[in-house]
Amino acid sequence: MVMRFLRGKQDPKERDQKLDEGLQKSRSGLFGQMSALFDREEITDETWEELEELLVASDVGVETTFTLVESLQDRVDSGELRRPSHVRETLKQELRGILESVPPRNGAATGEGLLVTLVVGVNGVGKTTTIAKMANRLKADGAQVVIGAADTFRAAAIDQLEVWGQRAGVPVIAGAPNSDPASVVHDALAAARTRRADVLLVDTAGRLHTKYNLMEELRKIERVVSKGGSKVENLLVLDATTGQNGLLQARQFAKTVSLDGVVISKMDGTSKGGIVFAVVKELGVPIRYVATGEKIGDLAEFDSQAFVDALWS
Amino acid sequence: MFESLTDRMQGTFKKLNSKGRIAENDVDLALREVRISLMEADVNLKVAKQFVNGVKAKVEDAHALESLNPTQQIIQVVNEEMVELLGSEEAKLQTAPAPPTVLMMVGLQGSGKTTHSAKLALLLRRQGGKPMLVAADVYRPAAVKQLETLGGNLKIPVHSEGTQVAPERIAANAVAEARANGYTHVILDTAGRLSIDEAMMQELERVKEATNPTETLLVADAMTGQEAVRVAQQFHERLGVTGLIMSKMDGDARGGAALSIRSVTGVPIKFIGTGERPEALEPFMPDRMASRILGLGDMLSLIERAQAAFDERQAAELEQKMRTATFTLEDFYTQLQTIKSMGPLSQLLDMIPGMGSAMRNQDVQVDEREMKRIEAIIQSMTPDERQHPEILKNGRRRKRVAAGSGTSVADVNALLSQFNQMQKMMKQLTAGGSRGKLPRIPGLFS
Ligand SMILES: Nc1nc2c(ncn2[C@@H]2O[C@H](COP(=O)(O)OP(=O)(O)OP(=O)(O)O)[C@@H](O)[C@H]2O)c(=O)[nH]1
Ligand SMILES: [Mg+2]
Repeated sequence: MVMRFLRGKQDPKERDQKLDEGLQKSRSGLFGQMSALFDREEITDETWEELEELLVASDVGVETTFTLVESLQDRVDSGELRRPSHVRETLKQELRGILESVPPRNGAATGEGLLVTLVVGVNGVGKTTTIAKMANRLKADGAQVVIGAADTFRAAAIDQLEVWGQRAGVPVIAGAPNSDPASVVHDALAAARTRRADVLLVDTAGRLHTKYNLMEELRKIERVVSKGGSKVENLLVLDATTGQNGLLQARQFAKTVSLDGVVISKMDGTSKGGIVFAVVKELGVPIRYVATGEKIGDLAEFDSQAFVDALWS
Repeated sequence: MFESLTDRMQGTFKKLNSKGRIAENDVDLALREVRISLMEADVNLKVAKQFVNGVKAKVEDAHALESLNPTQQIIQVVNEEMVELLGSEEAKLQTAPAPPTVLMMVGLQGSGKTTHSAKLALLLRRQGGKPMLVAADVYRPAAVKQLETLGGNLKIPVHSEGTQVAPERIAANAVAEARANGYTHVILDTAGRLSIDEAMMQELERVKEATNPTETLLVADAMTGQEAVRVAQQFHERLGVTGLIMSKMDGDARGGAALSIRSVTGVPIKFIGTGERPEALEPFMPDRMASRILGLGDMLSLIERAQAAFDERQAAELEQKMRTATFTLEDFYTQLQTIKSMGPLSQLLDMIPGMGSAMRNQDVQVDEREMKRIEAIIQSMTPDERQHPEILKNGRRRKRVAAGSGTSVADVNALLSQFNQMQKMMKQLTAGGSRGKLPRIPGLFS
């Protein structure tokens, strides 16, 4: 695997200097420069180098970056692409193509029975906050929503969710701290049915995908949900700040509960969330929402064009 | 997808070797592999560049290419450099000249500040201190309650004033209270925030001004990607961070953010968080972090996990066997049973240098079914065969084992070659320089 920007063509001193400058510079500055590069006439080594840097710096990952760039290079070699601006536009198309290659699975309430949405992910990614935002959205769309507080482990996780439930005006069904999460889910299902709810959103405890027992617990929760005969969907929350581990997370969660969608959280920060390209490509799971803040309204439907454009912003 | 660095470099040198003599600029080729590996570990791409450039002269000085095993040599130099960069000095918590010592916890949302506040409090109390926790996150719903619950469980006092008082006031009041009541430490749990959130960063500056903390600890998630550099730099510029805590190190993130943050801020890494429980806090060990970032496998973690699952005598035996490479199929089988309680096999195998990719190259997915198959195959062997797998070279024996276990000869072959690999790795580990590279922990490899 040979990447252009890994070539040793510059002298090290010059490179170190460039590094220092680069680290000082804000990202927009760096990529402002990038756009200028693409406005040039000729495709040079530098074009590729900067392109690769852009992708890696966005957490797209070395392997995915390499695959993308290689296919562009082939198209330049064959004469199909001639100018840097073509290369950029084509790359954008390819990136969008990855994200759009998986049809959205619309889990939105259809009014025919209860939909149970299980929200999973590693610790601190934004599961609870995302649930609050989803509840708020669904309610605004006229759906009857109930929230199940199946994080019985983390200190005050239930209280956190109850505050959000109040803010969203949605009932929260909870058990005692440290009680069995599967039984909370069981109760929440019953409550959702009694209330003839359209959607039951289930908050689960954060768990590292490497913890065998915790993943088994999740499997058990899912079993309880599926046995209820309702439609079920599982959403994985990925933190945009996460690097290459995001793919390992998605893989393991997908193996445990099968995923229907991904929510990318914390997109209001400076991270670009580039790992989702590998996630979508490898696991074939569509991205559902993008979370952009800590307020209840900070959740948007995923928009692949906006997401790809943001790599260059 | 994530090949280990050793595999990757060995691949490069294999290509080079088949070309004939190894040439001068092949160091560049080898170092390129290092750089790619670092980026796969989430080391910031610019930091990775800088690091590799810095290491180049040392690799050349070491005449690595003339050695019999250039891969090993280069990795050794790279590893030493990284250990050096990560901080060879022991980074202890500083203490204020007059109590209380104030520790201010800062970081992005969800990085683990609250949990680590509680962990530090527990540690300090175990060291004989009298710590106080302070709930200065007035934003996240139930953040105050979370800290109060954690403090309550540990019987460590929590100073809280609800969510209507400004964090800097809460913090200042807490310090005054601590001073009046003989507390040794005040741990300020602040709200998570984006480093580009100007108003929130100003708030931290005010908290700092009001309490003059001895330590400002940045809690960073081990899974953080390329932006770790910028985030850490911004927190550092605004607040003068004095120490880092890498959280969620119990996962399988390579943790390149540690190198990125350390090299742009120069701030020492003081602790790693290794679990959700308040006990799960460990001192930072640069040598272990380095081999984790470099993807050199983590034999020590493997042995530690084994120790947790096996009884001590068994663990000592396992260690001895790995060390002398007299680990047999019989041992493998007995331990498979125990290993089941340690987590998925694939993950454990990944900790053995070279093993993860050895498995992947054969496209073997280790799952529970696979494990059952392995068990069945070993069960079908005679005690003699388990002790001396060499005799299984005999085709008839293999056929018998396959039939007995309801598998195919190919399955038996696959297991044997995996086992062979494993033994080889163990031999390499103990024969090569690696043993000396393991941290000196009393009782282990000493
Ligand atoms: N900036 C920003 N912060 C967010 C976003 N989503 C959640 N957060 C914050 O991230 C932190 C963790 O969010 P939670 O919703 O508690 O995350 P969680 O996954 O439920 O965490 P655990 O249950 O502890 O595993 C909180 O401080 C949230 O306010 C987002 O989109 N942007
Ligand atoms: Mg939560």
